[in-house]
Amino acid sequence: MDVTLKIRRFNPETDTESHVETYSIPDADPMDRVLDLLHYVKWNQDGSLVFRRSCAHGICGSDAMLINGANRLACKVLVRDLGANITVEPLRGLPVARDLAVDMEPFFASYKAMLPFLINDEPAPDTERLQSPKERARFDDTTKCILCAACTTSCPVYWADEEYFGPAAIVNAHRFIFDSRDRGAGRRLEVLNDKEGVWRCRTTFNCTDACPRGIKVTQAIQEVKRGLLFRKV
Amino acid sequence: MVQQHTYDVVIVGAGGAGLRAALESSTRARTAVITKLYPTRSHTGAAQGGMCAALANVEEDNWEWHTWDTVKGGDFLVDQDAAEIMCREAIQAVYDLEHFGMPFNRTPEGKIDQRRFGGHTHHHGKGAVRRACFAADRTGHMILQTLYQQNIKNGTTFFDEFYVLDVMIVEGRAAGVIALELSTGELHVFRAKSVVMATGGYGRMFKVTSNAHALTGDGPGALYRQGVPMQDMEFFQFHPTGLYRLGILLSEAARGEGGILRNDSGEAFMERYAPTIKDLAPRDMVSRAIYTEIKNGNGAGPDKDYVYLDVSHLDPKVIDEKLPDITDFARTYLGVEPKKEGVPIQPTAHYAMGGIPTDVNAQVVTDSASTPLPGLFAAGECACVSVHGANRLGTNSLLDIVVFGKRAGIGAADHANSTPLWADLPDDPSGDVRRRIEAMTEHGEGERAAAIRAELQQSMDDNAGVYRTEVTLKEQVERLASLKERMSRVWVQDRSKRYNTDLLEAMELGYLLDLAETLVVGALARQESRGGHSREDFPARDDETWLKHTLAFQEDGEVKLAYKPVTITRYQPMERKY
Repeated sequence: MDVTLKIRRFNPETDTESHVETYSIPDADPMDRVLDLLHYVKWNQDGSLVFRRSCAHGICGSDAMLINGANRLACKVLVRDLGANITVEPLRGLPVARDLAVDMEPFFASYKAMLPFLINDEPAPDTERLQSPKERARFDDTTKCILCAACTTSCPVYWADEEYFGPAAIVNAHRFIFDSRDRGAGRRLEVLNDKEGVWRCRTTFNCTDACPRGIKVTQAIQEVKRGLLFRKV
Repeated sequence: MVQQHTYDVVIVGAGGAGLRAALESSTRARTAVITKLYPTRSHTGAAQGGMCAALANVEEDNWEWHTWDTVKGGDFLVDQDAAEIMCREAIQAVYDLEHFGMPFNRTPEGKIDQRRFGGHTHHHGKGAVRRACFAADRTGHMILQTLYQQNIKNGTTFFDEFYVLDVMIVEGRAAGVIALELSTGELHVFRAKSVVMATGGYGRMFKVTSNAHALTGDGPGALYRQGVPMQDMEFFQFHPTGLYRLGILLSEAARGEGGILRNDSGEAFMERYAPTIKDLAPRDMVSRAIYTEIKNGNGAGPDKDYVYLDVSHLDPKVIDEKLPDITDFARTYLGVEPKKEGVPIQPTAHYAMGGIPTDVNAQVVTDSASTPLPGLFAAGECACVSVHGANRLGTNSLLDIVVFGKRAGIGAADHANSTPLWADLPDDPSGDVRRRIEAMTEHGEGERAAAIRAELQQSMDDNAGVYRTEVTLKEQVERLASLKERMSRVWVQDRSKRYNTDLLEAMELGYLLDLAETLVVGALARQESRGGHSREDFPARDDETWLKHTLAFQEDGEVKLAYKPVTITRYQPMERKY
């Protein structure tokens, strides 16, 4: 099938505003990924097109972008699910570095603010710390996060308030708050109780819809809120 | 404007090996990690099935059996002193990761759970053993995240999206690296007393591959041009179960949990090739079996060119809890429901056993006498210790990166701390790199890297894949010479400085071409079949002549081969049957 691919482009070295360019892809396979189309353009039509990608199968989190109005990984959405007219734009809410590549630094800064590492100053045993399968299952969902930013940049609160930590940061706080081996929940909950913290969430569920890993993001945020209310996790 | 930085240690690459090295080095010496990708984008994150260590949590096991399996799996090209170290230190390495917060799956008693994996046995091959520690089928993802998290805790300094293009070696010692800052297009000079290479693999020289686009051998490629040899490059692993046509990996864990390979008629054909451990035979053997089935007309599909990975008989709960990602890949990319039907698969270029030669302390060694290059270290897939020999066992890559990454970090910091002064840099240290960039950007329209790369990948699949012959390899030598000639005139279309990924791809292709040449020349010379190197015209292993490591040097623009002995401590070579 022939696909018309519209891409929002911006090069800060030469442009004052972004613009949309239209490319024709002849004979695209319905099973092609959007990433395959972007590569087709870059390798055959326009070498100046910029986007990030690496693993090409939804694990590295490099190629989150706005595809036909929804945040998706370009390597995980197929032509057959989109049809012959496809529009690709950079993620919203983060500064555009060039074309489809956005500045990820604010995103990672929010992540790091959550103290995203196991906190436990008790001496470790010679072997593993024990953890029951049930305790392990408690935070399984939020360990899947690949930090692609699809959830955070789908959040209307994040668009309006760049100080808000955003869903991905809270997901990663959840991953440790509910880990039975962790002793840092109090410190993390202090951070999340801030005015830019978890209370800004308005449960619009955009984040859950956007997550390419199927994480129940909104539910994780609600669990963190409950943890704050009752200080019991 | 070239910026200059000075550190004790620079680590190039932020996958598992680089991050593990950084944890050790950054607490001992002033350390910077320089990485082409954001650390969490590294391909360690794509590893699925597990990391073996003889914890004996679920059944009897010990590290000596693990060592034997590693040596036999590597078809006796393994340096046995290195394998002993890796398998012994594996146990503490797993506990270290657990203490760092790694969310391993657990047994009912709360210990780390373990499962079966290809080539891992008890009592020296008597049967499969549950040795692989895992976190569902995203073990690599969890290791990468955990190590990155610990580096955040440590306050490690990262230069994210900086692409290292050259390593400075001054008067026989490491002196630092030259890097391109992708967001600005500016060059940076990093002086250092120690340099650790941890840049991962280079599977992108093949078309059907499980490797990320970023895996282009930049670290080994840069060192090769500086006269450092590449070791055992002809040994490249083709993983049996790549998604048909795409090459995306479906973990061996699927077979570890009971999955079965079937041909077009539904026959579980591995029973004929490896009667004892069947579908859990080492990867090189399974890939050859699949290739043979297809060649004999037993393949499935309109072109009879794939076989099936069947997990439909497994408990759906096991699939959901232990294999969620790989079943998702089958649904997403092939529209196949693994709970109901077989998944079309074919062998996929997966892992480089060869690379930068090092000793057991991850120090780079540069000749047949294993003379070290002071201050230069390497770990992970880009390195060749050699713990994988001619064929790596499943899970041993994750083990390799944490064991030898740790050793590299300690070694690099100790070297820096015992070296009073930095090496003097030459005038204009980034001049060579600048001229290389200008040669690609400052001339009129010409052929772009993408066209050359596509031909490289297709021809490597055709001529240097699961099976090779003198005819295909000679053809590939000539093909590579012509591709390199075209590459010398390559043209970068993008004229901008910021995020010039067009330039990045051209630079990457240069390294791929050099490394492909070392692979093919080494393969042509090695007239035997061993592990991942299978010559149809020399089907037997020949220990008399070829029980030795290959070293490929660049001399006057050509590949020159030398050899060095294999370290044998406990196990004499024997026939490899499963």
